[in-house]
Amino acid sequence: MDITIAIIVTLVGAATPILIAALGELVVEKSGVLNLGVEGMMLVGAIAGFAGQFYTGNPYFALLCGAFAGAAASLIFGFLTLSLSANQTATGLALTIFGTGFSALAGAPFSAKPVQLMRPLFPAELATHPVWRVLFGYSFPVYFSFFMVVAIWWFLHRTRSGLILRAVGENDLSAHSIGYSVKGVRYAAVMFGGAMAGIGGACFPLLLTPQWAERMTAGRGWIAVALVVFASWKPFRLLAGAYLFGLVMTMELYAKAGGGPLSVIPSELWAALPYLATIIVLVLISIRRDATSNAPACLGKPFLPSN
Amino acid sequence: MTTLSRRNILKIGGAAAALPLLGSKAFAQTEPLKIGFIYVGTINDNGYNYAHNQGRLFVEEHLGDAVETTYVENVPEGPDCERVLRELAQQGNKLIFATSFGFGDSVIKVAPQFPDVKFEHATGYMKADNVGLYNARFYEGRAVCGTIAGHMSKTGKAGYIGSFPIPEVVMGINALALSGRRINPNFTVKPVYISTWNDPAKEADAARAMIDQGIDIIAQHTDGPAALQVAQERGIIGGFGQGADMSAFAPETQLTAIIDHWGPHYLASAQAVIDGTWVAGDTWEGLKEDVVQMGPYNAKVPADVVADAEKVRTGQIDGSFHIFTGPIKDNTGTERVAAGVTMTDAELLSMDWYVEGVEQPA
Repeated sequence: MDITIAIIVTLVGAATPILIAALGELVVEKSGVLNLGVEGMMLVGAIAGFAGQFYTGNPYFALLCGAFAGAAASLIFGFLTLSLSANQTATGLALTIFGTGFSALAGAPFSAKPVQLMRPLFPAELATHPVWRVLFGYSFPVYFSFFMVVAIWWFLHRTRSGLILRAVGENDLSAHSIGYSVKGVRYAAVMFGGAMAGIGGACFPLLLTPQWAERMTAGRGWIAVALVVFASWKPFRLLAGAYLFGLVMTMELYAKAGGGPLSVIPSELWAALPYLATIIVLVLISIRRDATSNAPACLGKPFLPSN
Repeated sequence: MTTLSRRNILKIGGAAAALPLLGSKAFAQTEPLKIGFIYVGTINDNGYNYAHNQGRLFVEEHLGDAVETTYVENVPEGPDCERVLRELAQQGNKLIFATSFGFGDSVIKVAPQFPDVKFEHATGYMKADNVGLYNARFYEGRAVCGTIAGHMSKTGKAGYIGSFPIPEVVMGINALALSGRRINPNFTVKPVYISTWNDPAKEADAARAMIDQGIDIIAQHTDGPAALQVAQERGIIGGFGQGADMSAFAPETQLTAIIDHWGPHYLASAQAVIDGTWVAGDTWEGLKEDVVQMGPYNAKVPADVVADAEKVRTGQIDGSFHIFTGPIKDNTGTERVAAGVTMTDAELLSMDWYVEGVEQPA
């Protein structure tokens, strides 16, 4: 029982930054834009979040710093792909390379400097309770991620603005012809995605390992991008997917570290599971036609109304 | 999937980042010896690459205007490394240090094209007329750490986060276990390999996984302080810094640290080139030569434990103690080293088995 709770607590930490970044990318892709720069924006958010925490000690301000930095980085992408109609795939990859280099440069003065972890949201009696910490032992970003799953689902499927965003992603020319600003909607979506990636990145120094290390997101941004496809652009499936990946990443380590019941499944199998799960899900998606058609029709295509 | 894409990105990024760093300094009055260094990571990693760069600064400090040093960070281990080596040689560097194991193939390829340039490759195994090898006996530091761990662990279980099961890492795990068991015969070490040198979040989660399952001492052979920070957060007995003093990250938890101190070796090599006495060597230096140093002992380590740890440290300096002296059994109970016999360097450098007390990695 104790170990189960311990595993869940670690797993929530591993899943949260990926979930937050992936939720942002989901909204971006729903508007018809493919931004592969999530990893770079997360790194920019991580260093901004670290710096915010380092100078003020206020983790909420640090999260805001992460959000602003991520959104600023995404604006570069937005300008190149939306205003100048540059290729989205290449620009996204460039953004990742830029984010990696920029965060390393900005982070150079912060090596060998630790910060404080963000405290749990609930009072210590609940947050450190041996059982209840499984529900109340986390800090703000964890509850924020759950809230955003519901909020984004509600926005996309129950509001007029969400409908417009989806329309822009499905058929940009039609949306344009009835007077919606395709570029405006996409700029807003891209910046929202950047802010979410920045918050996800800021979770690394605030939740997981209170330091700045170059490339500290170590590829989690790519998992976030993959998860959006994995979840066929549905927020609740994204939640399930992020926790499935988090579970597998965590269990690999607990199986390696533990004896007893955990070592029944060899750690090699745990390490292979994300890839097996990806293959199985992709096969299932291709069997069920409706799921493939869930991809926004204009995903990755530049908007060129004059042509 | 993720690793692959990340690697590719990093390669591109590293190549782009390498170019502008190739700068040189102002001229000195007499012709100075130009020395080049290439690092696999960044000098701000607070660990392995930081330590090499400190070695470079040590040479500058001691030889002043007689040398002129250049360094290139984030050099990928592959064809790009050859290009960087060639550029350094063409810029007139007469002594070049390749500081990562993975640079070996490139050094061996490039060296014959520049016979008047001396190359030195860290932790490698391929020598040539103008390629020397150098390494440090980190396991000597592990033996000091293990002595403290054996004394202080209450559960008798230590966790060890490793990158990859290469002899260098296996040797360190074994040294920790052997020295811990000299104090507490029931002391065990649990290795967890995470297949990366630098993924702080994964290092931290591995530390959490081990602490949740009963270890109260943590050691790591990865590049950062993440595991020590978790140890501090969870309030376990302690851990050890690796590569550099990491006490800033875990003031109450770092019991001591193993510090890489390449300066004396770099200084000796530079002086030898200046004097014209350099030959391709194969050095493996440790506490005695001051290439491996121990960090300060934490205030919470009791005096008798410090005394015992110091005995192990000084014993390795004066040569009276070697941690890999038999009898040594492996973790299946087979005797591998007979009583009174000390393992040779060649045996150590190809170590692929765990001593008694090390749980077989899952």
